[in-house]
Amino acid sequence: MVSATDKATVDRSERSTLLSRVRGVFLRHEALRGYLLLSPTLLVMLGMMIVPLTALIILSFWTQDYFELDRTFTLANYAAIFALAEGPIDLLADPFGAFANPIYLALLLKSIEMSLSATIAVVLLAYPMAYFLAFRVTKNKLVWLILITVPFWTSYLLRVFAWKVILGYNGVINSGLMSLGLIDKPLEFLLYNPASVTITLAHAWAAFAILPIYVSLEKIDRSLLEAATDLGDGPVRRFFRVTLPLSMPGTIAATLLVFIPTVGDYVTPTLVGGTSGIMIGNIIQSLFGKANNAPLGAAVSITSMLIITLLVCAFLWLVGYGRMRRQGT
Amino acid sequence: MSGSESFISIRDVSKHFGPVRAVDQVSFDIKRGEFFSLLGPSGCGKTTLLRMLAGFEVPTKGELFIDGQAMSTVPPNARPTNMVFQNYAIFPHLDVRGNIAYGLRKARLPKAELDATVDQALEMIKLPGYGSRRADQLSGGQRQRVALARALVRRPKVLLLDEPLGALDKKLREEMQLELRQIQQTVGITFVFVTHDQEEALTMSDRIAVMSKGKVLQIDDATRLYEAPTCREVADFIGTMNFFDGAVATVENGHAAVDAGPLGTLWVGTGEHALGPRAPVTVAIRPEKVQIGWDRPDQPYNVVEGRIGAEAYLGDRSHYYVEVPGLARRVAVAYQNMARSLDNSSDQGRTVWLSWPPDSAILLPGA
Amino acid sequence: MSKAARGDPLFVYAIVYLIFLYGPVLLLPLFSFNDSIYIAFPLKGFTFEWYRQMVQNGSLMDALQNSVKLGIVVAAISTGLGIFAAKAVTRYDLPGKGPITGLIMLPLVVPSIILGIALLVIARKFLDIQLSLYTIGAGHVLICVPFAMLVLVSRLEGFDRNLEEASFDLGESGWSTFWRVTFPLALPGIVASLLLCFTISFDEFVLAFFLAGNETTLPIFIFSQLRFPNRLPGVLALGSCILVFSFLIVTLSEWLRRRGVQPTKQGAAI
Repeated sequence: MVSATDKATVDRSERSTLLSRVRGVFLRHEALRGYLLLSPTLLVMLGMMIVPLTALIILSFWTQDYFELDRTFTLANYAAIFALAEGPIDLLADPFGAFANPIYLALLLKSIEMSLSATIAVVLLAYPMAYFLAFRVTKNKLVWLILITVPFWTSYLLRVFAWKVILGYNGVINSGLMSLGLIDKPLEFLLYNPASVTITLAHAWAAFAILPIYVSLEKIDRSLLEAATDLGDGPVRRFFRVTLPLSMPGTIAATLLVFIPTVGDYVTPTLVGGTSGIMIGNIIQSLFGKANNAPLGAAVSITSMLIITLLVCAFLWLVGYGRMRRQGT
Repeated sequence: MSGSESFISIRDVSKHFGPVRAVDQVSFDIKRGEFFSLLGPSGCGKTTLLRMLAGFEVPTKGELFIDGQAMSTVPPNARPTNMVFQNYAIFPHLDVRGNIAYGLRKARLPKAELDATVDQALEMIKLPGYGSRRADQLSGGQRQRVALARALVRRPKVLLLDEPLGALDKKLREEMQLELRQIQQTVGITFVFVTHDQEEALTMSDRIAVMSKGKVLQIDDATRLYEAPTCREVADFIGTMNFFDGAVATVENGHAAVDAGPLGTLWVGTGEHALGPRAPVTVAIRPEKVQIGWDRPDQPYNVVEGRIGAEAYLGDRSHYYVEVPGLARRVAVAYQNMARSLDNSSDQGRTVWLSWPPDSAILLPGA
Repeated sequence: MSKAARGDPLFVYAIVYLIFLYGPVLLLPLFSFNDSIYIAFPLKGFTFEWYRQMVQNGSLMDALQNSVKLGIVVAAISTGLGIFAAKAVTRYDLPGKGPITGLIMLPLVVPSIILGIALLVIARKFLDIQLSLYTIGAGHVLICVPFAMLVLVSRLEGFDRNLEEASFDLGESGWSTFWRVTFPLALPGIVASLLLCFTISFDEFVLAFFLAGNETTLPIFIFSQLRFPNRLPGVLALGSCILVFSFLIVTLSEWLRRRGVQPTKQGAAI
C-alpha cells in the first residue's frame, strides 16, 4: 500500500554517503559517542598513571649499581626484601628476625599500624560530627559543610607544619606551659615519635572522613527511623539497629579514603616523625634519593602497594562491603 | 495510498534495550494533520516509540519515514519534528522569551521579525507579557504552554508530546486538553501524543494506538476502541468490561449462540469475525449496557440471575457488583440514577436479574 | 539552628571539633605577627617585619610565580578533561562505566609518593625527559582530574538531561548545544572546579618534590626553608598569606558548587 513512495526512499537511503553512514553508526551506538567523549581523559589517565606504574613494576625487576642500570630481569630486589636470615631466631622477641633485611617489612608494618590508628581516630572523631551535620543542622547547612571542607583543601604542608610548631621543643605547648609555670623544662616526648605522627594525620585527614559518612547518613530515609521508633526502639537501640548499619557504606569508604593514602604519607613523618616516627614513604624517598637505588625503591613501593591492596580486599571481604552497598541502594 | 494518507510511516520498527524488547516489530501509518495518540500502561513502549520519532533513540530494526523521508540517519536536530517533554525541559538559565526563541537561531531572522514571532507565540499560548519571566517563576501549566510555543514556533511537520499533561492537576488538565486540541486544529500540524490516561486519549485524538508490551494491539478512533475492541486486552484496558468465557454453539444471521457455562446460552453479534462451531470465544459487555431489575425480564435469552455482592453510589450513577453462581468474577453493572431518590438503604444480598440485547455485547475470539 | 539545639551535646561536640580543625592552622597567622624569631609563648610584640622580608625575597617570588603559572595551566587542563569525562559518564549509558570511573578516581587512593616516583621513573629511566615545571604539571593534572570530575559530575547530575535533548530537538547541533545549554548550566561547577584544581596544584608538595627540575614551586620553597630555624618566621608569614588566599578561593568554589544543587545531592561528590 505504501510501498511506492517508501521503496524509493529506502533505495535512496541505501545509497547514502559514507559520512551519513558513519553518522548512522554513531547515532545507533550511543555508547560509542560516550567513549569518544571519554577518550581524552582516559588516554591522559592511562598515559600518566597506568604507563608509569607499569614502568615502576618493570624497574623493580632491574638492578642498579651506583649509576649503572642493569636491565636484566631479576628477582633480586624482592629477594632482598623477603630474604630469610640464617641461624636460629626467637620469633617472639623479634617477629621480623626471620628476615635478613627486616627494615622494609618492619617499617611497612609500622606504617600500617600508625596510619591504622590515625584512621580509627579520624573515623571515630568524624562520625559524631557527620551525624550532627546530617540530623541536627537544619538551617545554614551549606555554611557548615563549607566550614568542614575548607581546611581540607588548604595546604597540607602548612597544616602539618602547624603541628610541628605546636608540638616542638620550643613550640606552642611547651612555651605555653612554661610561661604558665606548669613545667620547668620543655617536654621532649611531644614531637618526633609515632604518636605525634598519628595526631597530625588524624587532624589533617578529618574532612576526608566526615564527608562520606555524612553523605550516607543524609541518604537514610527518615521514615525508616520513624518506623524503628514506631516498632518500639528507643533512640539508642534505633541508632545501633538502623542508623549505624545503614551508614556503614559511607563509614567504610571513609576508612579506606583515609587509610590508603596515609600509609604512604611522606610529609607528616618527615616533619613531625623524627627518627622513631619514620614511615615507608621516607624509605622509598631515600632509595630514590640519597641511597640511589631506584630499582629497590620501586620493589619496595610495589610490595607496599600489594600488601595494602591485600589488606583492603581482606577488610572489604570481612565486612561484606559489596552486600552492604547493594542493600544501601 | 496518497502521500497525505501516510505522512508518518513506521515499518517493522523494533527497539531492544539489552534483552528487553521495548518496541517489538511495530508497523503503522499516521495521516497528515492527524491528532494521533499512543496509549498504554507505563513500560508499554509508547515513549520509546515517540523518542524514536524525535531521534533520541534509533530503532534496533526497521525504519521510520516522515513525509517520505527515511529517518534513521537523521539526527534529532535535523528532523522535521519537535517535542514537548514530559517535564517540559524549560531552560532554567533563559527567560520565557529566550526559551521560545531558542530554536529560531538558525533561521537568522531580523530582530524585529524574531520579536514579532515570539510575541505572536506568547499570544497563542495566552501568556502575553510573560516574556521576561524566568522558568522558576512559572506555574506547571504556564511551563507547559511555553514548551508548546517553543516547539511550535519552529513550524515542525510533526509535534511530539510526551505525556505533557501528566504533571498538571485535574481541572487544569481538562482545560489544557481542549486548548491543545484547539491549537492543533488551528495550526494543522500532525500531533503525536503519548499518554497513559485513556480518558485523555479518547477525548482528544482522531485515532489512538493502544500499546502493550512493545506491541500495537489496535489502532482506531475513540468510538471504535470503546465499542468494538478487537482483543481482550484492549477491551480490558479501555474502560471497564465484563468477560464471559464460552464456546460457539451455532451461528445464524450474523449472530452466534455461545455456550457460556453457568450463564447458559448467550446470543451475541459476530461482527467481522468468522467463527465455526466449538471455537473458544469470550463474550464481553460494558457495565452500562447491562440492564438490572428485580424481576425476570420478558426475554428468551441473555438473562442471568444473580445476587448483589457489593454496591457503590457515585452520584450520577451507581455501580453494582453482582455475584452469579458458578462465575469466579462478579459482574459489574452501572445504573444511571435518573430518578431523584433519597433512599440510601442497602440492596446488598438481594436477588436481581441482569439482561442485555444481543448487539450490546461483543464477541472476542479466544477464551 | 534552633535555640534548643544549642544545649545539645552534639552541638558542643561540633564546636569543639571545629576548634580542633581550625586551631592549629590559625596559629600560623598569629605568630606571623609576633616580633620574635622563636615561635613560642609568650607573644612578644606586633610586627610586619616578616611580611616585609617575604616580599623582598627574590627566590620566594620566583617560586610564587611558578606556582601561579602552574596552577592556572593545571586547573584549565584538568577541568577541560573533567568536563568531557563528566558529560560522558552522566549522559551516556556506557558499558564498563564503573571500572572506567574507578580508573579515573584511582589517584585518590594511591599514595601520592607512589604516583610521584612512578612519574619520575618513566621520565628519567625510560624516556629521558628533563624534570621541569611541565613534569610537575603532568603530576598535578593526574591528581586534579578526579576532583574536577567529581565536582562536574555532581553539577551535571543536578540538571535534567532533557534540557540537552530539548536543544537538539530545537535544531541545535551537539557543539552548539554544549555552548548554549550545558556550559551555562554547568558554569558554577566549572568555575568551582577551576578554583579547586588551582588550589590543589598550588598547595601540592609531594609530587612537586619528586618531579621538580631547577624551577621550584612555593611548597618546595617552603619545605626547603623549614630546616633553618631563623627562616621560620618568614615561612609563617608566607604560610599565612597562602592560607588566607586558599581559604578565600576554596570557600568561593565550595559555595559555587554546592549552590543550586539538590540537597540530597549535596556532598554526593566529596
